[in-house]
Amino acid sequence: MPIAARDFRELRLESMSRTFGSINALKGVTLNVQRGEFIALLGPSGCGKSTALNCLAGLLTLSGGSIWLDATRIDRLAPEARGFGMVFQNYALFPHMSVRRNIGFGLSMQGVPNDKISRKVDEALSIVRLGDQGDKLPGQLSGGQQQRVAIARAIVIEPPLVLMDEPLSNLDAKLRLEMRAEIRRIHELIGSATIYVTHDQGEALSLADRIVVMRAGEVRQVGTPEELYLRPAHADVAEFMGYRNQLRVRATRADKLVNVNVGGVSLPATPVDGVDEGEVIAAIRPDDLAVSATGSIASTVESAQYHGHSFYCSGRTDDGTELYFQSDRRVSKGEIVRLTADPGRVLVYSRATA
Amino acid sequence: MATEKSIGERLWATAIWALVFIFILNFIAMVATVVINSFGTRWFNAWLPAAFTTRWYESAWNEFQLHDVLIVTFEVVGAVVLLSALLGVPAAYALARRNFPGKQLVILLFLLPILVPPITFGIPLATVLYQTHLGGNMSGVVLANLVPSVPFVVLVMIPFIEQIDPRIEAAARVFGAGTGRLFMYVILPLLAPGILAALLLVLVRTIAMFELTFFTAGPGSQTLVVALYYAVYAAGVRAGQSIDAMAVIYMLTTLVWLLIALRFVDPTQIVTRVKREAAA
Amino acid sequence: MSKRATGTVVDPTPFRVRLALRDLDGVTLLALPAVLFVVTLFIYPFAYGFVLSFQPKAGNWLANYTKFFSDPFLYDTIGATFRLAIPATLINVLISVPVALRVRRMRYRRLLTAILVIPITLGTVLVAEGLLIYLGPQGWFNRVLFIIGLGKIRLVHNYTGVMLSLILSGFPFTFLLTLSYLTGIDPSLEHAASTLGAKARARFVHVLLPLLAQGLAINLCLSFVQTFSVFPSAVLLGAPAGDTRVISIAAYQAAYEQYDSSMASAIAMIMGFCQLVVVVLILSGRSLAYRGAVSGGKG
Repeated sequence: MPIAARDFRELRLESMSRTFGSINALKGVTLNVQRGEFIALLGPSGCGKSTALNCLAGLLTLSGGSIWLDATRIDRLAPEARGFGMVFQNYALFPHMSVRRNIGFGLSMQGVPNDKISRKVDEALSIVRLGDQGDKLPGQLSGGQQQRVAIARAIVIEPPLVLMDEPLSNLDAKLRLEMRAEIRRIHELIGSATIYVTHDQGEALSLADRIVVMRAGEVRQVGTPEELYLRPAHADVAEFMGYRNQLRVRATRADKLVNVNVGGVSLPATPVDGVDEGEVIAAIRPDDLAVSATGSIASTVESAQYHGHSFYCSGRTDDGTELYFQSDRRVSKGEIVRLTADPGRVLVYSRATA
Repeated sequence: MATEKSIGERLWATAIWALVFIFILNFIAMVATVVINSFGTRWFNAWLPAAFTTRWYESAWNEFQLHDVLIVTFEVVGAVVLLSALLGVPAAYALARRNFPGKQLVILLFLLPILVPPITFGIPLATVLYQTHLGGNMSGVVLANLVPSVPFVVLVMIPFIEQIDPRIEAAARVFGAGTGRLFMYVILPLLAPGILAALLLVLVRTIAMFELTFFTAGPGSQTLVVALYYAVYAAGVRAGQSIDAMAVIYMLTTLVWLLIALRFVDPTQIVTRVKREAAA
Repeated sequence: MSKRATGTVVDPTPFRVRLALRDLDGVTLLALPAVLFVVTLFIYPFAYGFVLSFQPKAGNWLANYTKFFSDPFLYDTIGATFRLAIPATLINVLISVPVALRVRRMRYRRLLTAILVIPITLGTVLVAEGLLIYLGPQGWFNRVLFIIGLGKIRLVHNYTGVMLSLILSGFPFTFLLTLSYLTGIDPSLEHAASTLGAKARARFVHVLLPLLAQGLAINLCLSFVQTFSVFPSAVLLGAPAGDTRVISIAAYQAAYEQYDSSMASAIAMIMGFCQLVVVVLILSGRSLAYRGAVSGGKG
């Protein structure tokens, strides 16, 4: 029997809160997860994403709010009763058990007969492509292999939900890219819902169906990767998603757009959260700020780092504003370049929500 | 973890806590008995003594020559602490920083006096000491107590030294410090808390160390714990109040140092620092 | 030495450098005083005692040992000591496990461990002295038993008194040791087990116990060795001429009452040998269990 996730339609997190003494780690997180979705919880360290995951798993009790699996309330259940699979950041493989026994552990806890366990373990091993490592001890495996065993152990019990806590953060860069593809492939094969915690926006963008950006215990934005990449809802989300230019400027209304004053030059820009005048933050991705002979902003180059296909540069305008931009050709320190940006790619946010 | 405990689990937990509670209660009651008896005039066939007095302390002080005994105890303990530091800390440094051939053997050598119980090696040791005329006086007692203490200091200090990044020492050398100044300005200040912890532990252990002193001490070189033993041994069936007064004085001396030690050291280290090395 | 084309002779590697490459330099010599000390005052006396045991006052070289094993007053001490040491060790170590499991997540853990260190610090002599009164016929313990209706039980100058004293001074030690091993096990292993459906007992049996096994074995060894050398409490609180005539008493009497240092050394050797046998037995049992790291991966 192939491994496929159990039936459920929806996981509902309703105002999940968790405090540690006086620290408010989670402040009312609400989210709906559909069957088969890949959700990434993204945010800087301390934003509460791991706390949220641990509450989902049952390793932490909720201080407030509730968790529902379809019509069943599950936040009062012990972790062993929830039936979710979890992949830990440090893998947490039982060091005294072979790979096969590790993977089959959840099944033996359920009282599944041994021959059935053996078949399912074989299947799980082939899904994670570790077929011949079954009898080894975890200590004899490489980091990437341990990672796969941890994943196999979580999926073999056919959970409705798989929780992953920064599973790739301990691997080297090349392995991380390989495993990203593997994780997505396994997710689609099994058909379970996956909630994936990470601080790496590249991982989130490439893996998730929807991304939940968190900060200081709150959800700042939920959206598809495209939405988050192209239209972050707040300035802090924009900054986290790579909008490195966070310019504190003045805006004036101009038809459907606004004009912002950057480096003494008036630049048309797109308002995002309804703001139209006053002190704002203009967020621009460095790759959207292009060097062009007809550009309106003059900037003196301060540094230029070679990155192969382009140069990552920083420069300063006449009035001292620091800008980060990219250039296709080499620029030298002290050179004056002219920059331009498409109005649709200059996003304006009110300062209050920053 | 987020669980609601079952009745069975709650019962089991209660039973365990009850065990711990009974253990501690009995222990405290035992200590209390000693203390109360030392202050009692007469205590027979009742929950508490008839009346309270402090004369037993005076009587114990004189009867057991506690003044001399205390001086001897502190001289012995002081010598043991000092010498075990002088021998042990450099050895620990060598073992922590150098991986020479035979290192495992040396570590085993230092483990043995701690793992082998004092009686087993104490009798042959006492024999040798008496033969070299060191037995029966202070030097013999100090030497005997040093045997488990030096390795103890070594094994306690090794992890402390390993914690100091060797690159700090390298940096000091790069900036011109010779070995002497390296020790004085870099290593000893960084090690000070560790050395203090180790020495406090040695101090506390040596005050309570019975068998070794018992086998090597003469009349003028008994430590407090040995004097206490003799007092109880000679007392017969019923321990007298003055013996209890002496016991209270003994308890105070150990506990004072224990309290000081606990400010710097986690209680488990008194027991486990060494055993971690044994297990590793 | 090698000759170059120019005819000069070059020393390939100076001796000091070669030593330093093997980590033998001035710093290594810092260990020498301590090493010499231990060799002189531990290894030598032990070896001396060993040899001395084969040089009895009278008879052939095995006379001490034959005398020991033919005189029930002497060889019975081995049995008496085992009868005390084995139950005390088992009780102390086995009970330390559930207690440590409970205590490890306590908020006041440090306070509790500090309290439990006190019996160890006070030492066996004081504990024996205290128990003499406390467990005596007039002591509070018997009074409470009387009130409960159990009547007065003889708890001093017998086996029971010594056993209680061994537990009182020994349990804190085994408890602290077990606690430190337990807290050394990666907590994420238990989390993983619980997400996979393991309830508390299953987590203990399948995850904690196998990883504790090596620590428990060491705990058993150390605890046994300590209890086997029981001395002051056996004398003060026990019946040194009867039930609790332990082997250390026999050694002491040979040394200080009969002034027969050869016999005393022989008894000390026998004592050491018994301890060694048990330790080897325990440790060879341990090799059947898992002996590696107790963390959950490279993370």
